[in-house]
Amino acid sequence: MSEYILDVTDVDKNFGGLRALSDINLRVKEGTVHAIIGPNGAGKSTLLNVIVGRLAPNRGRVLLGDEVLTGKQPHEINQLGVARVFQTPEIFPDLSLLQNVMIPAFAKRDGEFKMGFLKSLFAENEIREQAEHLLEDVGLIDHQDQIASSMSRGDKRRLELAMCLGQRPKLFLLDEPTAGMSRHDTNRTIELLQRIKERGMTKVIIEHDMHVVFSLADRISVLAQGAIIAEGTPEEVRNDPRVKEAYLGGEAV
Amino acid sequence: MTNTKIVSPKQDILYMVILSAVVLTMPIWLQPFGAAYPDLMQKFMIFGIFAIGYNILFGLTGYLSFGHAAFLGVGSYTAVWSFKLLSMNVIPALIFGTVLSGLFALAIGFVSLRRSGIYFSILTLAFAQMSYNLAYSVLTPITNGETGLQLTQGDARILDRAAGIQADASLPTPNLFGIEGIGYSGFYICAALMLISFFIYLRIFRSPFGLKLRAIKSNQSRMGYTGYNTRPYLMTAFVISGMYAGLAGSLLAVTDPLAGAERMQWTASGEIVLITILGGVGTLIGPLLGAGVIKYFENILSAFNDTVLVNAFSFLPDWLANGVASVLGLFVGDGWHLTLGLVFMLIVIFLPGGIMEGINRLWRLVSNRSSSSAEDKEKEQPSTKEA
Amino acid sequence: MDAIFLQILNGLDKGGAYALIALGLTLVFGTLGVVNFAHGAIFMMGAFCAVTLEKILTLSLRVKDESVTFFDAYKETPYLEVWFGDTGTAIIDWSVPLSIILAIPVMLLIGIVMERSLIRYFYKRPHADQILVTFGLAIVMQELIKAFFGANPIPQGAPDIVAGSAAIGAVFGLGEAVVYPWWRLIYLAFSLVTIGLVFSFLHFTTYGMVVRAGMADRETVELLGINIERRFTIVFGMAAVVAGLAGVMYTPVLPPDYHLGMDFLVLSFVVVVVGGMGSLPGAVLAGFLLGILQSFSSMTEVKDIFPGIDQVIIYLVAVVILLTRPRGLMGRRGVMES
Repeated sequence: MSEYILDVTDVDKNFGGLRALSDINLRVKEGTVHAIIGPNGAGKSTLLNVIVGRLAPNRGRVLLGDEVLTGKQPHEINQLGVARVFQTPEIFPDLSLLQNVMIPAFAKRDGEFKMGFLKSLFAENEIREQAEHLLEDVGLIDHQDQIASSMSRGDKRRLELAMCLGQRPKLFLLDEPTAGMSRHDTNRTIELLQRIKERGMTKVIIEHDMHVVFSLADRISVLAQGAIIAEGTPEEVRNDPRVKEAYLGGEAV
Repeated sequence: MTNTKIVSPKQDILYMVILSAVVLTMPIWLQPFGAAYPDLMQKFMIFGIFAIGYNILFGLTGYLSFGHAAFLGVGSYTAVWSFKLLSMNVIPALIFGTVLSGLFALAIGFVSLRRSGIYFSILTLAFAQMSYNLAYSVLTPITNGETGLQLTQGDARILDRAAGIQADASLPTPNLFGIEGIGYSGFYICAALMLISFFIYLRIFRSPFGLKLRAIKSNQSRMGYTGYNTRPYLMTAFVISGMYAGLAGSLLAVTDPLAGAERMQWTASGEIVLITILGGVGTLIGPLLGAGVIKYFENILSAFNDTVLVNAFSFLPDWLANGVASVLGLFVGDGWHLTLGLVFMLIVIFLPGGIMEGINRLWRLVSNRSSSSAEDKEKEQPSTKEA
Repeated sequence: MDAIFLQILNGLDKGGAYALIALGLTLVFGTLGVVNFAHGAIFMMGAFCAVTLEKILTLSLRVKDESVTFFDAYKETPYLEVWFGDTGTAIIDWSVPLSIILAIPVMLLIGIVMERSLIRYFYKRPHADQILVTFGLAIVMQELIKAFFGANPIPQGAPDIVAGSAAIGAVFGLGEAVVYPWWRLIYLAFSLVTIGLVFSFLHFTTYGMVVRAGMADRETVELLGINIERRFTIVFGMAAVVAGLAGVMYTPVLPPDYHLGMDFLVLSFVVVVVGGMGSLPGAVLAGFLLGILQSFSSMTEVKDIFPGIDQVIIYLVAVVILLTRPRGLMGRRGVMES
């Protein structure tokens, strides 16, 4: 067993003639929070897409612990323990919040397919309680019977967080979890993420908000034009002149 | 609403009891509507089965199949063959019809479900058209082509003969151990099967499996990132709905042991889509309502003709009566499909949730009026528009 | 060799009809993003423009038939003949080509009314809703036609001068026996010209270029301050005219009846999907290709090997194409994919 939970080696990804990712190497230790920052279009979301199996890399490979993820389907990768929140919340808009959170819990318990179409949902007390807990955690329990599409964007994000947390993933990928949130909601989300951090869940987080990054991350990788230009502790990255030049535009943070 | 709450099985039993009571007393309460004769009520039941099966696919997963008539056709042909070769008893006919349609659905679903959206619709349509064209041409030995497959005096009926049942001069009728498949007894056979079908469908609806199907409709790619392999779920739903269609097809053969290829034509597939939409896609009882309403009006309106109309307006001056009759004549009798098309358009435009949405809106309107302050109404207005 | 040549020709005129309908379908889908199940019905409406004109031209006067002396007999003589003699007869003879003049404004009107009063409300609705509402519309259109023209096919004649067959075998140095009806050659030429016109319109006029830009990226075009919606209305009208004319010209080949539209719609959709949703050249290519394939598969030699193949060939091709090349022959990435 390697000491890294996520191991991305020599990954390239091209779109036609455009090189979106070149020679990416990224290692994330178990139980840490790893932030990926970089200007728009640097390839951050592409990198997450490669990890979760939405895109196949042109070269290189991705490992989760000792398991090879490259070439696997998104659902197989999820079943191995990778969960993701998206830049625009991906939820089930036609279902209630409670149902939204129950579905990932079923996936965790029953695997990628289970027939059982005569069993009653009503009898699934364990899953239901678990879902209620999660909604309580993210502060949405009062709306559990509401339809998800009626929620605000910030609430949808928190709902998506709850959905992923219910799977207790080994690796949790967050794509700008606080984008578009009010300062108040952002702080609540940070607090929530810190609580999960204490439970020892490994996270890779893409974020523009430096306040969020520096209050959560153990290590930071800086991505610019599809390549990692710097990596280190927040302190190291903050003082790296290349980073200042490429990303921070010379301003002190 | 029922769809977002988790309902206890006890409530569902109450639901079933009420539904059974309503269905089994149909011969009584349909009397004033002039619809209490067995033929029509059997149609209600049969198309009800077809529609709830279709709803398992379209209503729950959102996959719009334009080829479900093929399964109906396979069910009918299989049932008639079972009558011809094995026995006039309906049980083997229904079993074979359902199972064979299920297998057929398995094969078609295996291919069609590799694509989604409109491509899926076109693939199912293509398969149904192939079946239809083949039934008319090379498969004539099995389907008897344009004439349609019918019973004859000289059919083998192995089981019946072994049991010593002799056919008399007239053609035998399908029966359930002597209970005839036509008339009131036939209606009760169909009603019982419909209720069983509905019960299974209710269980599916209330199960984690059903919830996952609805999640697929809501956001399929999220299902993938949540660890579900959606293909087998869709496959199961497709096969189940194919079997429902097969059962409906075999029942059609029970009520009238003649199977023709036109049952497989794509307009027949269109009709089931229409029934489901009219009733309310993805709702529990909607498809049953849709089947009832469409079959009822088909029956009423297509029976009208110009003479009836002119008589109906005889209180008007002659020239006016003739005018009114000829305009209305467009919509009834042979023109019933015109009415159907118009109603269908109106429903899709103004009431995409079908009759069930209409009932819900009315309900909200009524309950608002009785309990509300002006503030509530203001809140309600925009949300009704959204829905 | 002769037989093969003849089959290709046979396929081409049918392919022309497929291509024209599929072209309109694709145009509407590509620009407006609408899956139009009523497009086949528009084709049928075109065909009935020809029927209507013929009915009008042959409005007749009942005159006493002098050749029958034993009892009083009447024969119907069209007013045109009564008034203009031979010129009148010639006009009737040419009713199908003349219908084009009638069909262009009528179909344009039908198209524009349809788009303004119905289709535009469905731009933002799911494809399933679009399919369903246009399916309903198609039923309404075909039932109206049935109510006014009856259920039986109504044969239309080509002008006498082109009623016969062309001895094209001789032209191409093949057997004398290779003949081909003039009208179907005309149909082929007509469809090629129409396709050419549509493509030149889209490629060489500013108007067309804006429409094509709108197909590729609607938002940007709108940001440029161009009223794309109005152009889309025109595009819809144009697609209706193309389908309508295809219908007019097809009447001498196949007597139109009320379900002509549905028959062609299913096939045309298959054509569009095979060509690649949203690709105009794909639609044309697939139209001709499937037309030819269909005509080959109806050869006795082929049918002996694969019984029933002529009935299913188009669908079979669609299935194979969809499974191996989900985007069709020339489709763009991402169109109609979830």
